[in-house]
Amino acid sequence: MRHFLQSSHFQRPPKGLLTLGLSFLLCSGPALAHVSAAQLPLQQPITMQVQAETVRTVLTSLEKQAGVRFFYSKQLIGANRRVSMVALNKPLAEVLHELLDPLQINFEAVEDGIVLTPAAAVANGSVSGRVVDEGGNGLPGVTVLVEGTTIGNATNADGSFSLQNLPAGPHTLVISFIGYGTVRQPFNVVDGQDTNLSSITMAESATQLSEAVVVGYGTARRQDVTGSITTVSSRDFVKGQVTSPEQLVQGKIAGVQITAAGGAPGEVSTIRIRGGSSLNASNDPLIVIDGVPVDNSGINGAGSALALVNPNDIETFTVLKDASATAIYGSRASNGVILITTKKGTEGEKIRVNVNSQVSRSENYGQVDVLSGDQYRDLVNRAIAEGKMPAARAAFLGTANTNWQKEIYQTAWTTDNSVSVTGSAKHMPYRVSLGYLDQDGTLKTGNLKRNTASVGLSPRLFDNHLRIDINAKGTWADYRFADQGAIGGAVRFDPTQPVYSGNSKFDGYYEWTDPADPTGNTPYSLADRNPVGLLNSKRDRSTVLRSIGNVQFDYKLHFLPDLHVNLNLGYDRSRSSGTVFIPATSAVAFTAQGLSSNYRQEKDNKLLEFYLNYTKQIGDHRLEALAGYSYQDFYTYSPFYFSRTAAGTLLDPTAQAQNPGKTQYTLLSFYGRVNYSFKDKFLATLTSRNDASSRFSPETRWGWFPAASVAWRLKQEDFLASSSVVSELKLRGSYGITGQQDIAGVAGDYPYLARYTLGASSVAQIFGNDTIRTLRAAAYDRKLKWEETATYDVGIDFGFFENRLNGSLDVYLRKTNDLLAVTPISTGSNFTPTLLTNIGNLENRGIELNLNYNILRNSKLNWSVNFNATANRNKITKLLQVEDPTYLGTQVGDIGNFRLVQVNSVGYAANSFFLYQQQYENGKPVEGKYVDQNGDGQINERDRVRSESTAPKLILGFSSNLNYGKASLAFTLRSNLGNSVYNNVDADRGHYAAVNTGLNFENNTVPDIYATQFLNTQWQSDYYLYNASFLRLQNVTLGYDFGSLVRAGSTLRLTLAAQNLVVATFYHGIDPERANGIDNNFYPLPRTVTLGLNLGF
Amino acid sequence: MKSFSILRRSGHTLALAALLSGGLAACTKDLDRSPFYDLNTESVYRDPANHIQVLAKLYAGFNLGGQTTTGTPDVFAGAGLDEGETSYLRAYWYLQELVTDEAVVAWNSVPLQELNTLKWSSSNDLMRYSYTRIFYEVTACNEFIRETSDSKLSDRGIAGADAENTRRYRAEARFLRALAYSHALDLYGNVPFVTEADAPSKNQPRQILRADLFAYVESELKAIETLLGTSQQVAYGRATQGAAQALLAKIYLNAKTYTGTERNTDCITYASKVLTNNAYSLAPEYRLLFLADNGQTSASEIIFPITSDGRVSQTYGGTTYLIHAAVGGRMIGGNFGINNGWAGNRTRKNLPQLFPAAGGDSRAMFFTVGQTLEINDLTLFTDGYGVTKWKNKTSTNANGGDPTGTFVDTDFPVLRLADVMLMYAEAVVRGGSGGDQNTALNYVNAVRRRAYTDNSGDITLATMTQLTNGQPEFFLAERGRELYWECTRRTDLVRFGKFTTNDYLWPWKGGVKAGQGVSDNLNLYPIPSTDIVANPTLVQNPGY
Repeated sequence: MRHFLQSSHFQRPPKGLLTLGLSFLLCSGPALAHVSAAQLPLQQPITMQVQAETVRTVLTSLEKQAGVRFFYSKQLIGANRRVSMVALNKPLAEVLHELLDPLQINFEAVEDGIVLTPAAAVANGSVSGRVVDEGGNGLPGVTVLVEGTTIGNATNADGSFSLQNLPAGPHTLVISFIGYGTVRQPFNVVDGQDTNLSSITMAESATQLSEAVVVGYGTARRQDVTGSITTVSSRDFVKGQVTSPEQLVQGKIAGVQITAAGGAPGEVSTIRIRGGSSLNASNDPLIVIDGVPVDNSGINGAGSALALVNPNDIETFTVLKDASATAIYGSRASNGVILITTKKGTEGEKIRVNVNSQVSRSENYGQVDVLSGDQYRDLVNRAIAEGKMPAARAAFLGTANTNWQKEIYQTAWTTDNSVSVTGSAKHMPYRVSLGYLDQDGTLKTGNLKRNTASVGLSPRLFDNHLRIDINAKGTWADYRFADQGAIGGAVRFDPTQPVYSGNSKFDGYYEWTDPADPTGNTPYSLADRNPVGLLNSKRDRSTVLRSIGNVQFDYKLHFLPDLHVNLNLGYDRSRSSGTVFIPATSAVAFTAQGLSSNYRQEKDNKLLEFYLNYTKQIGDHRLEALAGYSYQDFYTYSPFYFSRTAAGTLLDPTAQAQNPGKTQYTLLSFYGRVNYSFKDKFLATLTSRNDASSRFSPETRWGWFPAASVAWRLKQEDFLASSSVVSELKLRGSYGITGQQDIAGVAGDYPYLARYTLGASSVAQIFGNDTIRTLRAAAYDRKLKWEETATYDVGIDFGFFENRLNGSLDVYLRKTNDLLAVTPISTGSNFTPTLLTNIGNLENRGIELNLNYNILRNSKLNWSVNFNATANRNKITKLLQVEDPTYLGTQVGDIGNFRLVQVNSVGYAANSFFLYQQQYENGKPVEGKYVDQNGDGQINERDRVRSESTAPKLILGFSSNLNYGKASLAFTLRSNLGNSVYNNVDADRGHYAAVNTGLNFENNTVPDIYATQFLNTQWQSDYYLYNASFLRLQNVTLGYDFGSLVRAGSTLRLTLAAQNLVVATFYHGIDPERANGIDNNFYPLPRTVTLGLNLGF
Repeated sequence: MKSFSILRRSGHTLALAALLSGGLAACTKDLDRSPFYDLNTESVYRDPANHIQVLAKLYAGFNLGGQTTTGTPDVFAGAGLDEGETSYLRAYWYLQELVTDEAVVAWNSVPLQELNTLKWSSSNDLMRYSYTRIFYEVTACNEFIRETSDSKLSDRGIAGADAENTRRYRAEARFLRALAYSHALDLYGNVPFVTEADAPSKNQPRQILRADLFAYVESELKAIETLLGTSQQVAYGRATQGAAQALLAKIYLNAKTYTGTERNTDCITYASKVLTNNAYSLAPEYRLLFLADNGQTSASEIIFPITSDGRVSQTYGGTTYLIHAAVGGRMIGGNFGINNGWAGNRTRKNLPQLFPAAGGDSRAMFFTVGQTLEINDLTLFTDGYGVTKWKNKTSTNANGGDPTGTFVDTDFPVLRLADVMLMYAEAVVRGGSGGDQNTALNYVNAVRRRAYTDNSGDITLATMTQLTNGQPEFFLAERGRELYWECTRRTDLVRFGKFTTNDYLWPWKGGVKAGQGVSDNLNLYPIPSTDIVANPTLVQNPGY
């Protein structure tokens, strides 16, 4: 196979990657074979004769003859040591060996000269100190390096550091940290003594301009960025019980909406960047972890694939929003790109251990308001008296008073421990971490045990010409899923019945029984199961292994250091398996005699990226060019399993084995980018990506995604350069096209092919005596192609008062064309009446504001706040192949039983509510009476009103960080304004027909029934639609820094964090924040208190 | 520094570049991903062994819902619709029977009750089901016909006996497409028109006029008449020359409805071909035609069936629907070979009243215990006589093969000899040439003699040829007696001008209990509003 990557390599990534890495080195040999400039002096021929001269004199003479400089300390060579030697045309290296070896001194050529170091590490002295910010607070994680050496370390949690084994003599410390100006601090080391530099103050760099920002395929200086990019680094992450990476930045970034799907351990969050750009294709952003774009489709047996990454390992979380920033990711960038980088070691760092331990207590607050047993008995009896229910219904009332919600929920404890070791072995910085999370859900029986390990190695070879980054992250997660059917079950189940029946039937749980079986031994299949029994009888477990890793080689050519060659080989593999077991005695799967089912899934995704990067500064012109190639392949396999009874026999004895699920797709890309800047004042970026996806036909699979952006740094202009008020002012503008091809969820990986599937043996055709199984062609659109989103973005970055107040403001318009949507097509044109095809247009327009303000900065007290606001409007502008103003739209928003409460229609936001306008009398809704909107005397679908979208009009975030001495207090507030929620709990329960099932069981109702007195469900009424604006105190963290309490150089920090403390809202349901706008059987987000301890040494 | 020297010794100067450029070319091949298990058009048709399996799907399309009993429907996937209710035969039966004097349904859904009362609009879901099914069938046949042309066969290297077999399959697919189009012709008239020349797309098919569609169906059936096998050559269940001839006779008999021109002579020509083909003979007893083993006992009469088997061809449509839905009230499922009844379909009083009150006609199969002849409430199963014609019992009173009693074995005769005999006779009486009245009378009496088991029911030439308002009304009645609940009633009523008019009424016709005439535009169903929206080039049928 003439394949760039031998496919066998990819199937065994770890080994294959090594092989490839090696072959890369071999192939690159000739390029590297040029002798480095630093090696040349050592080859200089030397001719000299000295007699009892001091070493220093000899070295000075060699310096002159060879044209090199030696770096050494006086202590090393000794002031009075004298030597004698003769050399005739010997290479300098040999001379130095003769001279220095007996003195136990090593030499090493560096760029500017030759460094002499003691052969045996002689502990000559040390330096220690503490790095503080302008407020006097210790700065952790600051890189401290002794200039001209490899001796260095990072400061610990209270900002202190200590460097050992320093040769005596004068040195300079170079102290650097992202966002702060680099400090150079001279000091002197005395043999055998520790030099203490009491406190070194770092000032936040005036404009944060030198801060490196992660962009697609590389980094850029903040000042050079022309697109809309927001970075949150570990300093500003949300603290407390954070078990999934996206929770680190919830409420922190303008334009990014993160909504938890529920409170279950490892639950998925919905991430939307600047609203969704698609209808049926995925609206999830592309997530790139350490340069590996990861598979965002779910992993069977795992709640959220992203939750398999340990948040403690994450260093920065960068969101690329406009096309200028995202277009380099082309076809997958329409919904934004999230770049996650993990923590790394730094060169020269001393070994350092960090232990993080947290324990959390989570408890639900509030529950769905339903009737108590007594209230329920009262309601039924009254309804019978009023003739709303037949008298016979009283027979179903029990005598208990069960609060079913109380029975299914618990106080849940979570422990989260992680240990990391960071350091540098010679030129190889490393970081190794282990994490263990054990999280219980507030819904009983739910649990997640997650073991994570990560290794990061960053060797720097050949004088930093070859940088290798090796990242490997592994996760072993064991899930026990609680059946979330119990949540709705607990709302519905009759509160007058007890949890336990008092007999051994159905494992002792009270259950409704089938009237057709007079013995009462058969559970009633039409009724809900006992929610407690449902939780306890169903053992739904899975084990998920996932590893994401890559090796990235970045080689700066020796003969042309402006040119970098970068090769990135990555993988994302997972293995999951799970079982669901229900005993035969349980009522949950009674007629099937229990259930024992298995599933398994393997995912093997692989990545190859190769790019060249060229940077050149000529006078006032700075040019950076990038050209690359990318290959990514996604493969999923899941074998077929028969469903079995608890006893292990086949559930359906006639069932036949089906094909395993096996699917694969490939993305292939060529991309390029040119950045140009003139005098650091005018900046321009051009990006282009050519993408091909195997999901489209050869005629349509290639797509071109270009983007261009410009920026003007007004601060560089004369009239602002000297301004003391304005410290930064930059105008940005960008336009670009990005794509979307993630349609596997609705159409699989092969939507353009006429697929033929074999029919089951139960649906064969008979010809005479022969039974022939059928082959069916699926509908397809061979012309299916990329969905394209054109994004216009205008932004301004600003900083005032030495950047104490800084931020950015962006206005954008995103137009999606050729929307991938499942739409009705003309009958006869294809195999089905609806087809996934490119149809329709959609647009999002919005404003984003991000503000940071350092309110107080003094030696004791420090207070900074962040405020962000986003307003986004989404509108469908085309939905049919042919305009038809009478077309009502595609109904969506299933609340159960194909009852659809939302609609996608032209001129309105996607997923707008589509309900009748309720009529009221005396403030009371009148059952079945709706407003006849078009006045035609009939109430039909033409009278339904399209209300506001499910999406909020305004999203606000506010974070505050307050430090006083060693104590700190931080909090995050989030608010959504103008979002609507449909209360399906009330719609489903709040009427008498929900109580009187007409069958041999009864269901509970909600207090709303008192207000409405509805006899039947009025689910199409806008009575159930609420303004669900809210303000949530997301997080409060109190921290105290004990400093070197345990021993010198160690750190100890204690935090107490509370999450989800207060939600202020007019909505009376359980939670106003629902990604799809429908409040239905919601797993409540608990209130969590976390005690955390961080120990470093 | 050791690796450095290794590098220095390495001589692979251009290896990386070569690897890259070679690799890129190879990687683009990876973009040609295809499913691991499912076949695609190319792989299916490359192997002639697959051809019969695709053909089987074309046949199954008239009966079954999808690729599993439930869960993978052919049409309306993900739309939350019942694939049994939306299956071809069931949807077709709704439109051909529930709107007539022969049947009424109790289920209280709006679209069904609109059929009961002849008060439908273009948004009636049931029309959408049938229409969508017809065009699914047409599209599926088109794909097979397109991919099995002689040139494609030779391109794929298929020759000899394999090619011969496939050519016959292709002719059968053309028959099935003609059959589906004949239903479109009859129900909707002016419909979108697609042939094998139209590959699957999202284009808007052009509309064909009813008369042109008639000509197309006619030309197709004539073209394949000799390409099909005879009933001796191909197995029961597959389309034969006799099936094509019988279908031609049927469309010719109704030609005036479709084109405005009588084609009775052509009807006689093609009916004669069927009737003089010795391969067909009437089944010995009428009741056998509607039992679980009708595929064995009545194969001599059934020219073209929709086959059914409770174990291997399961659907909640087809005859499973027909038998279950007719059982209710005090009828016992076990007597019909099924587990339970669905209490839906009964008859209006007109049908029992076609039969002599004194009895003697064995075709009168009604359940009267607990049932009333009059229908006061359409949604009450016990209003109206039950119909016991269809059963999942064999000729020896054994149950069908599905042990659960859910799915039935009874085949549905789409075309059968007695129907062709009556078509011949009616065409003769309507003035077609090429036949004669005595032969016609013999055919009619042959059918009646089986019903009466002797000649006591024979009619005279005068009865047969009597015209009322220019119509041979005997045939409308006789076809009711012989062919009730076999999907022909609406077509017959339309042909006789009785479907919408005031001169023949049945209970609840027009929404009133006594019955009343309705607008003439109802002789043709509307094109479903969903397709008018999706394909604005279509012109709606008049009056909708």
